[in-house]
Amino acid sequence: MNIKIFLIAEAFILIIGLTIAILRSLPGPVFFPVRLLMIVYTDFFRGVPTILVIYLFGFGVPALAISGVPRSEFVWGIVALTLVYSAYVSEVYRAGIESVHPSQEAAARSLGLSKTKAMRFVVLPQAVRRVVPPLLNDFIGLQKDTALVALIGPVEAFRQSQIEVAANFDYTPYFATALLFVALTIPMARFTDWLVAREQRRRR
Amino acid sequence: MSAVELHGVRKSFGEEEVLHGIDLGVEEHQVVCLIGASGSGKSTLLRCVNLLEPIDEGRIVVGGEEVTAPGVDADRVRRGIGIVFQAYNLFPHMTVLRNVTLAPREVLGKSKAEAEADALELLVRFGLVERAGDYPDRLSGGQQQRVAIVRALAMRPQLMLLDEVTSALDPELVGEVLNVIRELAAGGMTMLIATHEMGFAREIANLVCFLDGGVILEQGPPEQIFSAPREPRTRQFLQRIVQAGRL
Repeated sequence: MNIKIFLIAEAFILIIGLTIAILRSLPGPVFFPVRLLMIVYTDFFRGVPTILVIYLFGFGVPALAISGVPRSEFVWGIVALTLVYSAYVSEVYRAGIESVHPSQEAAARSLGLSKTKAMRFVVLPQAVRRVVPPLLNDFIGLQKDTALVALIGPVEAFRQSQIEVAANFDYTPYFATALLFVALTIPMARFTDWLVAREQRRRR
Repeated sequence: MSAVELHGVRKSFGEEEVLHGIDLGVEEHQVVCLIGASGSGKSTLLRCVNLLEPIDEGRIVVGGEEVTAPGVDADRVRRGIGIVFQAYNLFPHMTVLRNVTLAPREVLGKSKAEAEADALELLVRFGLVERAGDYPDRLSGGQQQRVAIVRALAMRPQLMLLDEVTSALDPELVGEVLNVIRELAAGGMTMLIATHEMGFAREIANLVCFLDGGVILEQGPPEQIFSAPREPRTRQFLQRIVQAGRL
């Protein structure tokens, strides 16, 4: 269950985060409202505790009983995590985009490439390569926060261990669950280290 | 017809005016060299011609078309103008071949095969073909700069702008890049070159312009500018270059 939440949320986060980052980098006064909207979004979802967002969506939205809207806590848990983490991830992407020297864009534009194509072929590929380690760092956080979804109902690892503890008055299940989470995040952490090391070798 | 004409071009960055009204004409197949101290506006002038910097006043006409008129598609204008920068600005995440073929494919809509055939022909011509599959950081500065020139040439520009293209190079690598420029000049390429290589300017230019404080203080054939400069500031500038052993 945790892994499923993680994988689905991750896919959405990568896309939404990138979209926000690009929208925020649009220049000119015409796009001011778009930029403002994105700034408000990132400020809001980075400011509100994740647990609160999960409660709001997990209990709030189904309670509205709007027809056609899914009532599954599983779905709303994913929505909540996606909204929160997209805000974080968009900032990581944005830092990446801004770290690409403006001369790269100038070189691309000077060849006749449009702003969009310069972004797509020249700026983004370099930006994304640079932000892979901090991105994976955020995903380690996401992997842990999938446990928070338990609070609105779905029985994932943490919830299951609570049930076991309550039944037997034995804390071993908590410990086992902790180990489970660590076991899941460690490969990700090592993968991040490996990527950083590889990038450093390439630069030499 | 002139390849490029500048009429009263002014450009400011914030409060500071960098170009105070530049008038300049470059005839087709001519090589015009811009000389002058750092900060005199040479680079800014080139970036304005290529529309990388919007100008505040005046007009720029390229190939008979006023490119500074409102509503002109800057991307289309840039297609016909190649620019090479001091710091090469190759795309580090692409191989040499991909650097050269990117714009022909994405801007001109050439097929991969066609763009690569063109690129390889240019790379052969400039002795770079064995580096086609390498990433830029594997190349020497001179090679990188030659790739940057080839990348600009792949768009078949009518005009090349060279912005101090040898300034970042180790002295022993300058020659190979200058040779490429000589070859372009011999082929009749129209070029506007900002340079600190006075000997080279003297040899290659049809017209030399001395920029000082954002204006063209003096212009003329190289023999005149370098042997009998009229303006005291030009004389002073050249004197310092001679003292530094660079002429």
